[in-house]
Amino acid sequence: MSEKIYYFDHAATTPTHPEVVAAMLPYFTEHFGNPSSLYGLADESREAVTHARGQVADALGASPGEIFFTAGGTESDNWALKGVALANREKGDHIITTAIEHHAILHTCEFLERQGFSVTYLPVDRYGMVDPAAVEEAITDRTILVSVMTANNEVGTIQPIAEIGAVAHKHGVLFHTDAVQAVGNVPIDVDAMQIDLLSLSGHKFYGPKGTGALYIRDGVAIETFVHGGGQEKGRRAGTENLPGLVGLGAAIKRACDDIHGHTARVAQLRDRFLDEILESVPEVTLNGHPTERLPGNINISFAGIDGEALLTLLGMQGVCASTGSACSSGEETPSHVLTAMGVPPSLARASLRLSLGDLTTEADVDFLLDTLPDAVARLRRLSRGHA
Amino acid sequence: MQFTETVMDHFTNPRNVGVLEDADAFVEVGSSECGDTTALYLKIEEGRIVDVRFRTLGCAAAIASSSMATEMIKGKSLEEAWALTNREVADALGGLPEPKMHCSVLAEDAIREAINSYREKQGLEPW
Repeated sequence: MSEKIYYFDHAATTPTHPEVVAAMLPYFTEHFGNPSSLYGLADESREAVTHARGQVADALGASPGEIFFTAGGTESDNWALKGVALANREKGDHIITTAIEHHAILHTCEFLERQGFSVTYLPVDRYGMVDPAAVEEAITDRTILVSVMTANNEVGTIQPIAEIGAVAHKHGVLFHTDAVQAVGNVPIDVDAMQIDLLSLSGHKFYGPKGTGALYIRDGVAIETFVHGGGQEKGRRAGTENLPGLVGLGAAIKRACDDIHGHTARVAQLRDRFLDEILESVPEVTLNGHPTERLPGNINISFAGIDGEALLTLLGMQGVCASTGSACSSGEETPSHVLTAMGVPPSLARASLRLSLGDLTTEADVDFLLDTLPDAVARLRRLSRGHA
Repeated sequence: MQFTETVMDHFTNPRNVGVLEDADAFVEVGSSECGDTTALYLKIEEGRIVDVRFRTLGCAAAIASSSMATEMIKGKSLEEAWALTNREVADALGGLPEPKMHCSVLAEDAIREAINSYREKQGLEPW
């Protein structure tokens, strides 16, 4: 096993940035007061919560009163869907989402279907793009919510969020977006993009794991998700994860203050890698949109190999990446995203997702450009008797 | 996925990869479970497997199982090769993680199908 790590899995998680850790540390030991308490020690904690809430609000173009801290993207998605469904049951029972959402959305929708709601799962085109006209066609007088992710976690396709938001609002329907992969990579403005609810997760932009937020536009009807004390205006009970939300605030500020500088650097690395790999390896295809994609996302399929075998080979050299196939349960589980895009199973299983970010250097890209073609050729010799 | 050293050895350095142009038996089998495929070539003389080659599209466990299984049947009689089970292949690899056990079935299937196709060519009843 290699000692050095070549980390190409920023879409899975990122390391907490040292500046973020530094901002968090005093809130474990010195400023540990419960923000709900009434003495001076708690004042500092309350101020920290207010400050962090402001940082998250600023990054989204929202008001601090519209930011609710959660334990991560999955909780935010669950709350948005279940909370809106329950609070609007009188109005209707129909939800529109897409076939390529994260399981935090899809499995929540399946749960709601078991509770009597009906859900439309919109198809995507071969680039993973949702058509705003299809959203409009799916809206009925029973529709209460449209939920479309801002950017896809596997193929990186960025959706026409502002257009979809406009369509939803034209028909008086609420619009939620799972922006877990987008925040820090795609500039977000909840007003310009006509977003009513937005989910985000701290550990995707160099914040701590177990932190997240749900943006809820003022006036949106949504049920309380976690019942208990009066925290988060009584809408999400539980003592605040004080160090966590301080870290979330510091991380989102850091990620969004220089979003264009950060994304330009990563996109340049991505484009260099893609240009060279498409040139040097035969029978390789790009999955996802050629231009409307996350700056750090690369998703490519190599005909004639198994993605998991490729990960095992690369893993021996310290490369961390993911694949769209996981043959671990004894069942074929090709990625639902690639499947929805019409990628055949043989190419879905042959996919490799590389997600670049702060840790990625030019030298890392050089190393992968050196090792990947050999690994692919080796596996092709095994499956075909030749490369 | 944590594999044993033997699995990693057979995965990175697989034995008996390729084709036999003058094979006495050839089969191509696929797993309906995960889409893996194995092609197996046997050279048979006087009821003995004297040479064997394979090609496999699959994960590390599938490739290592094919490699180990071909090693285990080389030089063996058809009866002995028929009796080889996927459990024995997995054991010879030092074990496979439970979710990967099904990957070793493909090699067993390929060997048995190849032997039967050979028997049918010889005008014998399949086993």
